[in-house]
Amino acid sequence: MTQGLEGPAPEDRPKPQGRRNAQGIRIDPEVEAEPAVRRTVISALVKHEPGVLSDVSGLFSRRQFNIESLTVGPTEDDDRARITLVIEEHEPGIEQAKKQLRKLVPVISVRELAPDAMRRELMLIKVNATRPDQVAAVAEMYDGQTVDASPETVTVQVTGSRQKIEAAVETFEQFGIREISRTGTTALARGNEETAATNGPASESTPEYTEDGTPTHPQTTPSDDD
Amino acid sequence: MSERAAVSPPDEQDDEQEQAEQREQPAASTETEPQPVTTGAQSVIRALENVGVEYAFGVQGGAIMPVYDALYDSEITHVTMAHEQGASHAADAYGIVSGEPGVCLATSGPGATNLVTGIADADMDSDPMIALTGQVPTEMVGNDAFQETDTTGVTTPITKANTFSSHADTVGDDVGEAFALANTGRPGPTLVDLPKDVTLSETDREPAEATVPDTYEVQERADDEIVRAAARRIEDSQRPALLLGGGVIKGDASEACREFATEHEIPVVTTMPGIGSFPEDHELAMEMAGMHGTGYANMAITHCDTLIGIGTRFDDRLTGGIETFAPDAELIHIDIDPAEISKNIHAEYPLVGDAATVVEQLDEEMEHSPQAKKWRAQCQQWKSEYPMAYDTPEDEPVKPQFVVEALDEATSDRAIVTTGVGQHQMWACQYWTYTEPRTWVSSHGLGTMGYGFPAAVGARLAADDDQEVICVEGDGSFLMTMQELAVAVREHLDITVVVLNNEYIGMVRQWQDAFFEGRHSASEYHWCPEFDTLAEAFGAKGFRIDEYDEVADTVEAALAYDGPSVIDAHIDPQANVYPMVPSGGDNGQFALSEDQL
Repeated sequence: MTQGLEGPAPEDRPKPQGRRNAQGIRIDPEVEAEPAVRRTVISALVKHEPGVLSDVSGLFSRRQFNIESLTVGPTEDDDRARITLVIEEHEPGIEQAKKQLRKLVPVISVRELAPDAMRRELMLIKVNATRPDQVAAVAEMYDGQTVDASPETVTVQVTGSRQKIEAAVETFEQFGIREISRTGTTALARGNEETAATNGPASESTPEYTEDGTPTHPQTTPSDDD
Repeated sequence: MSERAAVSPPDEQDDEQEQAEQREQPAASTETEPQPVTTGAQSVIRALENVGVEYAFGVQGGAIMPVYDALYDSEITHVTMAHEQGASHAADAYGIVSGEPGVCLATSGPGATNLVTGIADADMDSDPMIALTGQVPTEMVGNDAFQETDTTGVTTPITKANTFSSHADTVGDDVGEAFALANTGRPGPTLVDLPKDVTLSETDREPAEATVPDTYEVQERADDEIVRAAARRIEDSQRPALLLGGGVIKGDASEACREFATEHEIPVVTTMPGIGSFPEDHELAMEMAGMHGTGYANMAITHCDTLIGIGTRFDDRLTGGIETFAPDAELIHIDIDPAEISKNIHAEYPLVGDAATVVEQLDEEMEHSPQAKKWRAQCQQWKSEYPMAYDTPEDEPVKPQFVVEALDEATSDRAIVTTGVGQHQMWACQYWTYTEPRTWVSSHGLGTMGYGFPAAVGARLAADDDQEVICVEGDGSFLMTMQELAVAVREHLDITVVVLNNEYIGMVRQWQDAFFEGRHSASEYHWCPEFDTLAEAFGAKGFRIDEYDEVADTVEAALAYDGPSVIDAHIDPQANVYPMVPSGGDNGQFALSEDQL
């Protein structure tokens, strides 16, 4: 087939100098670096109505955001619920997740929590009761409480940060773990800071400009792991 | 699907008698004093009337019957479509042309699932549309009742918002809110699922005023500091380019953009949904960029140093490979949806707001125009270097481009073009000169074959009487939804269809030739119905083109026919669409023929 159009062939055309990375950010091709992935906590205040949880979980799954945990529960206001999400994404992914979340109609506000926010998780861990005294000692070490004991099993409740829970799991392994159930992280901002403003716009990151109006390039914040 | 009507309430006939009596009242009194609402279904219709709905497209069925019964007394004109998919595309196109949400109705189960393609299409293209679906009675929901589908579940990922109505008192509010949401901020499709018990239940509550929920916020004006910085950037740029997307048309910003472009002499590229936002016969027009965009548009977008993207989501068919998209350009991105900013292409200047408002903000901030004379000359040179010219050898079959140009020539500037998806769609983009917004009606993001004809039905009813409606279709695409011809004939709609018939799924055949060693797996038809004869069987007027010397006369006769007409244009089956940027390729390296791919 010889059909086609007239004009200079691809190799005879001028070529631009620049290049972008996979996130669409202009880069120096010489020093290309992959943006760092970080884990962060996003809190969303939502209308307490049927379908909100499925709206949010559906959004994260269909847009392929890497989600580690999602918790939901009532708040001080009967008409509102709080959803706490822990996600692991690079910077543009985190921004996109927040914006997409804010777009859902039942979502009132969205906020990414500061690294110093209070983050807690609850775990129920059921282990073999062959050495009950030692189980109790380990539970105490992690400020845990024994919530159930039978001739063959002991169930301990541990609360704390994700790291603490994971350390506890590791320590309990010596007894033989039967089952684990974890709630996922829930979180609140510290002090006077609001976790997700009841009214007002969702947090937006605005670019900064140098004095002559040139934008400074997007920075990737160092990975934060609570 | 006759079973859909099987579940009708026993008291239906009594209702009908009552309504017949109501209709006998003098027309004047019903117009000035609307009858009070007595049921949920009447509240649904009242909510539509309150927002000025004139047309609704749909198909009857069991669970939606109460709503149709209420519609019987309404001034709203209902167009019964052959298939619910047709109803959703017609409503979508109605929304594009009129700027007001198109309305489609369907029953539960298959009725609702048949709407899904059209809803997804509207979602991808941000077209304002509202879908009302019947649902089984509330107490049967979840029991796998006859014609039950979890419609809100199915449509959550493809609607801007959807809701399951739970009470007759508030069902009208739900419909009003869905209508307002469909048309506020970034438009999109919304859906209200209407259980039959809710629509049948008594209520005397009139629907509340149609407003968006208080959680829904739209930012109209962009941040002044970023506007200032963006204006400085444009003033200082040597190679500026405007990229106008579908949001420019939806935001009624075409005029503001045209003024900005001409005042500051900035070349204008459009996306496919942006076609019509800027007159293509203007000196600054570079036309459409992207996979099958013009060579000069792709050169301009590749070499600009400042790109002002307005109402565009930087879809992969536009950008090609991200790495090579406008690699020298700093991006000023204007969009009403914050989530589109820096989603695909990082924006140095993110301007969230209404397109027309922000363009005016930007214009006010501009102290001088960019010094870009050399760049404009370069753009003009690219226009002459990469012409969209084609040969028309008399001894070969008719070229599709020639047919498209003949139709454009024979129609007014305000003629509306609808298309399906495939090669014919690209020729309709490339060889028709669009000068007005809301005259290009197509399926962009979803790429729905079969979109063109039902869309023409909706476009026809939204268009002014002096606007011609031309449906450019392919043989494969037209076959998918051509049963809607029955509707066009019944409703006496003046639509001219031209089927660019190559007896192939042409775009697939073109890709197979380029990337699959010419192995025509499932792309050759070997046999096609005679579309002109088939049109006659529907009661439409049929025409056929085989030779160049038949084109002008046939086009004239088809346009002159008052009603639906179909031209079966047998085109060169080997004709291909160029230029072409292969999927994920470099826009600047577009191929002009197969050997460059």
